[in-house]
Amino acid sequence: MSGAPSYAVGEPVRVIAAHPPGHRRTPFYIRGKEGVVERYCGAFPNPEERAYGFNGLPKRHLYRVRFRQMDVWPGYNGPTHDLLELEIFEHWLTKAEPAA
Amino acid sequence: MSPHDPHDHDHGHSHHHHHEHDHAHTHDHAHPHDHGNGPVLKYSDDSVHDVRESDLYPLLAEALRAVLVERGVVSAADIREHLEALDKVDDGMGGKIVARAWTDPAYKQRLLANGSAAVAEFGIDMGETQLIVVENTDDVHNLVVCTLCSCYPRAILGLPPDWYKSKSYRARAVYEPRAVLREFGTAVPENVTVKVHDSNADMRYLVLPKRPAGTDDWDAERLTALVSRDCLVGVVPAAAP
Repeated sequence: MSGAPSYAVGEPVRVIAAHPPGHRRTPFYIRGKEGVVERYCGAFPNPEERAYGFNGLPKRHLYRVRFRQMDVWPGYNGPTHDLLELEIFEHWLTKAEPAA
Repeated sequence: MSPHDPHDHDHGHSHHHHHEHDHAHTHDHAHPHDHGNGPVLKYSDDSVHDVRESDLYPLLAEALRAVLVERGVVSAADIREHLEALDKVDDGMGGKIVARAWTDPAYKQRLLANGSAAVAEFGIDMGETQLIVVENTDDVHNLVVCTLCSCYPRAILGLPPDWYKSKSYRARAVYEPRAVLREFGTAVPENVTVKVHDSNADMRYLVLPKRPAGTDDWDAERLTALVSRDCLVGVVPAAAP
């Protein structure tokens, strides 16, 4: 594993909006969206490497990130307090500005 | 059914397979001028545009299985044992876990703090994954989906139902969860937060439903009967007594 986790619980983060080919565990719909770290899950072998027969080491830090549905889907048909949480590996995250 | 309905398409395709030989035979004789005008197709013309990649998946899976066994990566016994373990998962296990959490506050605390460790008390091994238990309350209704494939707490619930694996559920549960819930008969009030959990990596999720009203004097064994598989995925509440 490469170092300590970079993000703390509650910290605002943005999912990187990239579209590399191959097996990725970051769903397209969440790329480029901003949320906050809900919890740190631990370090896990990188599935993007394991998919091709590599051992996935060094392990990567995995977080659960919480998003407001209204920030994920333009025109979300539900109350503004509805939430979506999913698991994002650290190499798919960057720091975001705290929400105003 | 429209001519482009996928089910109709499937049906026509499989029909064609059953009669492939006869059909090709008839074709050859009915259109002898085709010979000499280029390569002779080994199948009827309509099959050219009728090949569906997904039809090849079972063949591909079987070929992969055969190669893995042949190369000694896994044995046939390994595969059989794994399938048996998935098939024979005790479908009452989720109910036992929930009923225990409803009746034993210390267990509930352990379950919410570390799901994997708490279900291990019931002899359940989560393997490489970790279990996160999410609690439905007066303020939050949780819903679990795997948008990428069909990740599911199989160690507890066994194999996922077909609807959980469908592209429709996988897509809609994230962007219109309230509409999906309504189709399951679950109307979540506007003041309650719907929280969707996309099970897209190494965590697995189990919903701890709200204990139904009117069950205060029920013991764990009796409560177990109110816990369905679907309420553990979050599409319905626990049954009313």
